Amino acid sequence: MKKLTAAVAIATSMMAGFSIADTVKIGYVTTLTTPAAIIGQDMQNGVNLAMKHLGGKAGSHDLEVIFADDGFAPDTGKQVTDRLVKQDNVDIVAGYIWSHVLLASRKSVLDNDKFLIISNAGPSPAAGKLCHEDQFSVGVQNDLGPMAMGDQMNAAGVKKLYIMAPNYAAGKDMVKGVERTFKGEIVGKDLTKWGKDAQLDFSAELAKAKASGAEAIWVFYPGAAAGAFIKQYQQAGLSESMPLYTSFTIDAISLPKLQAAGFTAALGSQTTQIWDPTIDTAENKKFVADFRAEYGHYPSYYGAQAYDTIKAIAAAVEAADGAKDRDAFRAAFKSVNYDSVRGEYSYGNNNFPIQNLYLREFVEGSDGIWTSKIVGTVYEPGQDTYASQCKLK
Amino acid sequence: MDTTLLVIQGLNGLQLGLLLFLVASGLTLVFGILDFVNLAHGSLYMVGAFICASLTFYFDSFLIALVVSLPLIGIFGYLFEIVVARKLYERDHLDHVLGTFGAILVIDTVAHIIWGANGISVPLPDYLEGQVSLTSDIQIPVFRLLIIAAGLASAALLFWMVNYTRLGMLIRAGASNRTMVSALGVDIKTLFSLVFAMGAVLAGLAGMLIAPITEASLGMGNNIIITAFVVIIVGGIGSMKGAFIAALIIGVIDTLGRAFLDDIFALFMSSEAAENSAPAISSMLIYLLMASVLYFKPAGLFPPKVR
Repeated sequence: MKKLTAAVAIATSMMAGFSIADTVKIGYVTTLTTPAAIIGQDMQNGVNLAMKHLGGKAGSHDLEVIFADDGFAPDTGKQVTDRLVKQDNVDIVAGYIWSHVLLASRKSVLDNDKFLIISNAGPSPAAGKLCHEDQFSVGVQNDLGPMAMGDQMNAAGVKKLYIMAPNYAAGKDMVKGVERTFKGEIVGKDLTKWGKDAQLDFSAELAKAKASGAEAIWVFYPGAAAGAFIKQYQQAGLSESMPLYTSFTIDAISLPKLQAAGFTAALGSQTTQIWDPTIDTAENKKFVADFRAEYGHYPSYYGAQAYDTIKAIAAAVEAADGAKDRDAFRAAFKSVNYDSVRGEYSYGNNNFPIQNLYLREFVEGSDGIWTSKIVGTVYEPGQDTYASQCKLK
Repeated sequence: MDTTLLVIQGLNGLQLGLLLFLVASGLTLVFGILDFVNLAHGSLYMVGAFICASLTFYFDSFLIALVVSLPLIGIFGYLFEIVVARKLYERDHLDHVLGTFGAILVIDTVAHIIWGANGISVPLPDYLEGQVSLTSDIQIPVFRLLIIAAGLASAALLFWMVNYTRLGMLIRAGASNRTMVSALGVDIKTLFSLVFAMGAVLAGLAGMLIAPITEASLGMGNNIIITAFVVIIVGGIGSMKGAFIAALIIGVIDTLGRAFLDDIFALFMSSEAAENSAPAISSMLIYLLMASVLYFKPAGLFPPKVR
């Protein structure tokens, strides 16, 4: 009997000893099929580059990333999230491009006591009423970029604006963001079909915009829809009469295609964002240079946010010695003890970042490749308006 | 001003309708004559777009690429019929669906491997890039006019072929009674392969024409195939005339719904409610149309007089 007890004790201590240096499993949900896979690929590249830079380790812990494909659909997203949580038993679920996918999946993560680290999606409920102590964003709340854009259009003297966005959670948030800060008149607004069978022919909407007498047009069309929109905007002959302002539309994903096809309407247009390849920090320079060397093109903000997500998780795992001590992990994550590619930021009570928003302009780089540069800082720093609805302190 | 916008939106609807017709005509031929449910018809549309996009960069000319791509996609369709479809004709519809759904997955994955996830933007020559003024108020992009012209020309060619040529006669005969046609000594296998290849060319052409507007991208065919099925169900399965008229009706309804529904709703509800409900209702319009057609005329608007 004593022998047995001793054996159990030894076994337990061995297991305990093993658990200190155990592997921290991260499930990473993004879109790897459908035309939106182009965004998922950029995020996957960002994650893989971060893992390479970290050597796959966070302190004494090994990191393991399991990718999952949400198929650009909330139901599939929830399914793969459930699988990551229950079957793969990950410690942390991260990623999420799409707000509607995140809103469908978040409960599966949080109800099972896993951490949820959001790379990109920023739906307003997650920052407000549905905020959670185990849920953190490494991106930006949806409204904030467009709010900065609204301020910017006021500064540019735009009085009449036409608005177009896809009809889903993030599209509605973004439109609300512009409407909150834009002071002129909104002469027309279209919310178009989104998802796997998204509408990509905007002839009817562009004809309306043209007839509306708007002085400028603001759109939000992420991923493959961006290229389609810019082309039709140029083909409809609007680039002279109606300047284009975008949020999360023109990016390192659409620019190479637009350049290859010669759609110059993209150049000179402006957007507001938390990150730009020209941000002058050692971390960012290394990230952009290594990303370009590895994958042959500029990273987009999706890639940058994915890179930051893994770096942030690794830093918190190292500081909290794993993800098992939940209070320690939370505190470590919230303190932002890593060098983000965007520079410094902090967390609000709702676990969404308080950070600078830059005005970016799309230009031809010195090497002839279309990219972007920072022409100003709109919010220094900015916080979303939903933080006050969050019950967390 | 409003009539101007109405005309422009009407033209946009016509353009969408003609593209739908190009996809639906092949689908209705194959479904009507071969009694074969081809979910992978949309993949032919996608492959056409990708081939044309690649060749546009190779030849540095969209029009040359278009002309070269048409026979290529025809050959692709011909081979697809021999390798995949032919083995499934004798099975029931569920096997057709399963088999061609598998084909979609295979073709999508192969396209992903060849062309990558990024999609390809197709540049147009300058003379197709601009605008034409039809009247002082009405301007429409040249390329959209080209789509309308190409769609009408293909439709006319198809009608002539089906109604006035020997091949067309065989196709119509095959649609009426397959067994009888083969009993009369017609090589029904070759006929089916030709019909299939023709459907592929039409669907491919639609993909090639849409690529410069949106882009060649993975899964683009899966988006249009649903609408194309709605078209052939509304028009009457197997009917070319039905497909043509239903495609135009659906193109116009969809476009006008997107364009004017929020203004119409705003007449009798608050502008905020109109803003929220209009996109939802407008994306349902074509399905509402299909449901009501199925209720009143279960065989579609123009069912072929057969069987």
